[in-house]
This record gives sequence, structure tokens and C-alpha cells, in this order.
Amino acid sequence: MIAMLNAPNVIGSYVVTLGGIALYTWRMLARGRKAARQVPRQDRPWT
Amino acid sequence: MTGFMTSPHHLPGNPPGAPAATDRAPTSTPFSRALGIAALVGIGWLVVFGLFLSPNDRVQGSAVRIMYVHVPSAWLAYLAFGVTGISSIAYLWKRTRSLAWDRLAGASAEVGVLFMGITLVSGSLWGRITWSTYWTWDARLTTTAFLFVTYIGYLAVRDLGGTHQQRAKRSAVLAVLAMMEVPLVHFSVSWWRPLHQNETVENGKLNGLMLFTLFVGLIAFTLLYVWLVLHRQRVLTLVDQVDDQGLDAAIAERRNEAVPASGGAT
Amino acid sequence: MSTWRIVRLVAAKDLRVEWRSRVVVNQVLPFAALVMVLFAFALDNDKVLTRVAPGLVWLATMFSLLLIVQRSFAVEAADGALDALQVAGVRPGGIFLGKAIALAAQLAVLELVLLGAAVVLYKTEIVAGGVVLLVATYLTATTGLAFVGTLYGGLTAGAKGRETLLPLLMFPVVAPVLIGATRATEAALGTEQATPSDGWPWIGLLALFAVVFGAGGTLAFGSLIDE
Repeated sequence: MIAMLNAPNVIGSYVVTLGGIALYTWRMLARGRKAARQVPRQDRPWT
Repeated sequence: MTGFMTSPHHLPGNPPGAPAATDRAPTSTPFSRALGIAALVGIGWLVVFGLFLSPNDRVQGSAVRIMYVHVPSAWLAYLAFGVTGISSIAYLWKRTRSLAWDRLAGASAEVGVLFMGITLVSGSLWGRITWSTYWTWDARLTTTAFLFVTYIGYLAVRDLGGTHQQRAKRSAVLAVLAMMEVPLVHFSVSWWRPLHQNETVENGKLNGLMLFTLFVGLIAFTLLYVWLVLHRQRVLTLVDQVDDQGLDAAIAERRNEAVPASGGAT
Repeated sequence: MSTWRIVRLVAAKDLRVEWRSRVVVNQVLPFAALVMVLFAFALDNDKVLTRVAPGLVWLATMFSLLLIVQRSFAVEAADGALDALQVAGVRPGGIFLGKAIALAAQLAVLELVLLGAAVVLYKTEIVAGGVVLLVATYLTATTGLAFVGTLYGGLTAGAKGRETLLPLLMFPVVAPVLIGATRATEAALGTEQATPSDGWPWIGLLALFAVVFGAGGTLAFGSLIDE
């Protein structure tokens, strides 16, 4: 980032990419936790 | 068919079986946790190399730094839609009609839509610097935008309701149709606008550190994709099970209504 | 019952429903004409209008296609007619082709009216040298549109929120037809000094499109309407 030209665009693209992924991940895991409260533990084939 | 099947969050009565104790990470396993940490470390590397350690490009200047997140997310989106297509075919092919394939297809499509959206935004930020326009009617760009809209429609169809098998069949057919549509859109747009922008990055001239950064991005994002799809597909399984419980509970309720005197109807 | 008999019966039934109700004639046609007038208001320049007339004709066709498809499947979903046909053991491929033929017939009438509107409103001139290309464009494009319309109409038939879902699913798919048919029509009409020979490659694309979605629809229609 040594005297970067077009810094808003460059940093903006990183923010959009990583922020979008983080937001999606967080909401997905929240949905999973909510659903998991109603499902017995033995019904999770991955555990 | 029935209203409650489309809204998993409004369950009538108590679901059968003891509810699991509330735990923080119901969809994770030791393997997926390790994978997630690896992806996170990779993304940290990507940010450090992409923004700080790698040099500016001779032609593109600092815009090349956008490529380190843009190219991996574009690759992921195409990978994700490919996986959706293949698992949809697998669902239709196998006589067992396994819902596992359907959930994989759905999870992958959702992750693909996310990354395609990200790709379009970061791409237009790059284009603003390099082509001084956010958008050109280039075949690759236009096909990408169409893919994005097509899979948003695919996700909407998955939410239409009905039984899980209905959802699976409908969306699998739609995914196969989408795979037939993509080349047609690509051909028609590239005939319409034959001018193809030079992809400066792909024409070589990337020095060692830049290439290394790009590979870090590709690896980190691929790990991230596997992690996301793994978890999304488990969340889908959980939500499907909640749906089934709602159905079972409703059926049990109906039976109790029908035979009010005796305790256990068959 | 042979499949061809089913195709004929379903197509005749759909056309009879339209003949008695006149929904396409009384509602969709005036709508399409209105769209052509609105384009003229929006673009507000005779030269521009003549230049873009082929595209506007096909754009108005797409919008009208949406309405006709919705009409075509609202009729089926109303009394569970589609389910009844399935239960009766009628082959879904036959239903698909029958409905597509009826749809193509209605669409063809509509496109002729729109072309007429372009001649009257946008000063479009049909040149003798391009008539063959024009007819080929209309045949291939209409077939492709009818197949896609029937396929996605069947997919969303009876689903909640189908009014909004159908355009979202269908418009990205028909985009190649819009591009191909517009370019071929421009070539046929000589817009921007284009010659008919510029248009024939697009006919290939339109024909390929019709074949792909015709075959895909005949095979897949059963699993789509299966409720």
C-alpha cells in the first residue's frame, strides 16, 4: 500500500469481498444454530 | 401444499424427541474446524500479500491488487455452479433420489451466488480504474451477469415449497436447464459484441510475488468454498429435519382429533 | 392414445379456450400496442425509433409472451387441470408440445400485429429482399420462445408468487432470442445498411435454441409439473 493510487477502489473491493463473505457466514451459522435447537443430536449424521 | 412446510420457524407443538442441548456450533466437526482455520489463515495471508507485500503492476498499477480477490471469487463462483450442475445430474441419475445431492446442489448454488455478486462488484471497481468504466458489454461480463440472475432464480425456485423431493426434482431440472442456457447466452453475446477486452493479467507479465499472491488467493478461497458448502449443506439438513418434524407433529395432531377417546391412534 | 393425438388435443383445447375467452385478443394485443406507443414517447425521435424498431418489436414480444404464458397456465392451475391430465396418464411430453404449439400460434398473431405497428408508428419499411429472412426469423424465434415459455410456465404453475418468479426465470433464458431475433430482423429490414446475409448466422442460433429447449422441455416437463 505504498502511496497507492485508486485506494478507495482497491480497498473497497477487499471490503466488499471479505465483508460479504463474513456477513453470509454469520447469518448461515445463526440459521444453523436456530434449527439445531429443534433437532435431536442423533439426527446429525456428521457428528 | 401446506403452509407450514414453507416456514420452518413456526412449529406447532413440541417436536418429537428430545431437543438437542443448545450448542454454539451444531454444524461443525473437528475436520471442518481445521478447514475453517486454514481458510482463515489463507485469507489473512492474501490480505497481507495482496495489499502490502506485492508490488504494483507496470501496466495496471495498484489496480492489480483487486485481481487477487476478484479472480479467486470468480473462479469459486464458476466452481460452485459446476458443482450444482453435477450434483443435480447425480440426483436425477441415481434411482435413489438422494436428498443429499439436492442439498449439496442448493448449498453450492447459494455460495456461488454470493461469490458471483462479489465478483461483479470487485470487477466493476477494477474496470473503473483500468477501462475507466464500471461495465462493458463484453461476452464474459455479460454471461457472468446472466449466470448471477439465473441462479438467483434457481434459489427462488428452491424456496417455492412442497415436499423435499418436489423441491429437489424441480430445482435439479432447472439447474440442468441453466447449464444449457449458459453457452447459448455466451455465444449470442460474443457474436453481438465481438470486441474482446485484453485481459492484461492473463497475458503474462506477472512477476513471482504477484503470481504467488494470486495462488494464495485461489487456495484460500477454495478452502473457504469447501468449508462454506459443508456448513451450508448441514444447515440445510437441519432445516429440512425441522420441516419434517412439523409435518409429523401436524399429522399426529390430526390423528388425535379424529380419535378423541382413545389415547394412541395408529 | 398416441403422443401426437395428445399434442393435437391439448393444442386445440388451448386455442379453443382462447377463442371463447378472447383474453389475448382483448387484453394482451392492446397491451402490446400500448407498449409500442410508450416506446415512442420514451425515445422521442423518429430517426432513433426507425433505427431501434426491430429491437422494440422483439422487446414488446417478450413482455407479451410473459402475459400469454401466465394466461396459458392460469387456465390449467385453476381447477387442477394439469394434475388431472397427469393422473389420467397423459404423457407430459405431449402436453408440453401441445401447449407450446398453441402458445406459438397466439404469439405469431401478436408478432404480426407488432410488426404492423412498427411499420405504422416507427416508419419501418419491409424490403422485398429480406422477406425470406424475416419469415425464417419469425418462425425460429417464435418456436424457441414458445418452448421456453411453456417450460418455465409449467415450472411456476400453481406455485405461490409465480407472477413475479416467471419473469425472473424466463427473461435471462430468452435473452439469446432477443439478441438473435433483433439482429436478424435488422438484417432483413436493412437497418444501418445491414444486408440479409448478415442475418442468416443468427437464424442458426435461433434454430439451435429452439431445438435445445424443445428437446429439453419434452423430456423434463414431466418432472416439472409433477406435484
